Amino acid sequence: MTLIQDIIGQYNYWITIFLMVAGLYIVVAKSNMIKTLLGLAVFQTSVYLLYLSPGKIIGGTPPILDEKFQVYSNPLPHVLILTAIVVGVATLALGLALVVRVNEAYGTIEEDEIMDIVDREDHAE
Amino acid sequence: MNAGFLPLEHLPALQVVVPLLGAVLAALVRRGAIAWMITLAAAWSMPVIAFALLDQVLTSGTISYALGGWAPPVGIEYRIDQANAFMLVLVSIMAALVTTYSLRSVASEIAPERQGWYYSMFLLCLTGLLGMVITGDAFNIFVFMEVSSLATYVLIALGRDRRALISAYQYLVIGTIGATFYVIGVGLLFTMTGTLNLVDIAGRLETVENTRPVIAALGFIGVGIGLKLALFPLHLWLPNAYAFAPSAVTAFIASTATKVAVYLLLRFFFSVFGIPIAFGITQAAPMLLVLAVLGMLVPSLVAIFQTNVKRMLAYSSVAQIGYIMLGIALVSQTGLTGGISHLFNHAIIKGTLFLAIGCMVYSTGITRIEQMAGIGRTMPLTMGAFVVAGLGLIGIPGTAGFVSKWFLIMGAVEQGLWWLVAVIVFSSLLAVIYVGRIIEIAWFREPVATAAAPRKPPVEMLAVTWVLAAATIYFGLDTRITAGVAAQAAELLLAGYR
Repeated sequence: MTLIQDIIGQYNYWITIFLMVAGLYIVVAKSNMIKTLLGLAVFQTSVYLLYLSPGKIIGGTPPILDEKFQVYSNPLPHVLILTAIVVGVATLALGLALVVRVNEAYGTIEEDEIMDIVDREDHAE
Repeated sequence: MNAGFLPLEHLPALQVVVPLLGAVLAALVRRGAIAWMITLAAAWSMPVIAFALLDQVLTSGTISYALGGWAPPVGIEYRIDQANAFMLVLVSIMAALVTTYSLRSVASEIAPERQGWYYSMFLLCLTGLLGMVITGDAFNIFVFMEVSSLATYVLIALGRDRRALISAYQYLVIGTIGATFYVIGVGLLFTMTGTLNLVDIAGRLETVENTRPVIAALGFIGVGIGLKLALFPLHLWLPNAYAFAPSAVTAFIASTATKVAVYLLLRFFFSVFGIPIAFGITQAAPMLLVLAVLGMLVPSLVAIFQTNVKRMLAYSSVAQIGYIMLGIALVSQTGLTGGISHLFNHAIIKGTLFLAIGCMVYSTGITRIEQMAGIGRTMPLTMGAFVVAGLGLIGIPGTAGFVSKWFLIMGAVEQGLWWLVAVIVFSSLLAVIYVGRIIEIAWFREPVATAAAPRKPPVEMLAVTWVLAAATIYFGLDTRITAGVAAQAAELLLAGYR
């Protein structure tokens, strides 16, 4: 019984962990380079939740000083995650730009097919 | 002086801001040669600042600089002690030398319209590396890590071969996983301690040291940084990235990027978590020892069978990381001194080797080992530097490589690990084979009759290569600087922040 309560009571962490593992699985399992990058984006996004959900205090208000409120949520995680979002966007954009260039160079975005070509080039070298 | 701007006081910030502004300027001017001049000015100001900081640290102790005037631990703190002042000097000098080297090397390998971007990315990469070293804030490290990594992906993708693109993509995926693992670890630490300042975290961990999130944080941070530093078996991104990046980029990242990641690992394991958690509760040392030993042996064996000389050197780099990790895994003053001095010496040695290969690529376009037949006779200066650094890589007495291996062997003997001494010697013998193979082909085989005479490598490229080759010998004979400072850094790290 307590186990179930634990699971339900900490559902925010379960969602985080699910997204984390799902994202990482997509990165490992998919050969299509765009799908891999999307998996990577899911993986990165899950971390935003990991930071944000402990920062929220139930019953707490936004951290604006006021006599009526005593309990405030921690604003720092939000600021950190804004930075992390920017990093994530930059990574995804650069990754997609590289995929465009790879597509121009090899005519495919399937990593398996490209690795075959690369192996041939390595041996021809 | 009254409230005026005191540049000396703000040296820690300038160390990061100067290359950042240089990167923007270089991107704005776009013209290769002018962008190079900006980069040169920014890059040579770095060692000046780094030496000033090192001097300040050695005379008056740790520097704590409040970025933007916000007092730590709430504000971001730049914190410089013996360990990272030493790293700042190393990264700065390598950046300055590689920039000097890169004008004509880059001009011959990268299209004119992209050269401005190249220099911009180079400076961004430098900004990130210096930032990771200098900052005392865990999240700030992540930001700088991504600045340098994103710039590195672009730099690698600028390589001539189309395989450079796929190498950069694979590095991007693995590098991002590494950085995300790191940030997960930092998130767990933040949840447990409520602070991001490294010294502050170390202080507060004492009360929660045996809890599961802290152990998980150690694991995530360890694996994340392990991916960045190409710890065997997390090194799979490295060989192709080094092999297909432009020559100057390979020389720069091989001698700085993985070394900065090693510094981060040292900082977290020893200073932040401290020996009681990192090597007491979790028993990381035996695991690191196994990975270090495998890392010294397996990539060395693989290096012997490579056909591309840059990829061969890349596998050798993974093996050298094994030596450095061995120094960490011994968790002793001698071992750590060996690890840190090997970090420094390997940066110089591998820098020389890749720069020499860069000269060869500039003059002949060759990267295959068997095409190098007789190249020592047609390019004696270039291959001479290669031989000197190659001897350093093997660890011949009188070269820098010998000094650090000596400390590692002493560290192993201290703990009675005689089998480890055998492993170090055997791994060095493998280095004899793969370096010797190049020397044999380059010097003792007849040049291919049909091969065109190589064009002369530019004098500044040769000069930089020989400066580093001479440093390999110098630091092998005069161990006061490397071993001395490394011993101080080791002492400081072993003491931890607490």
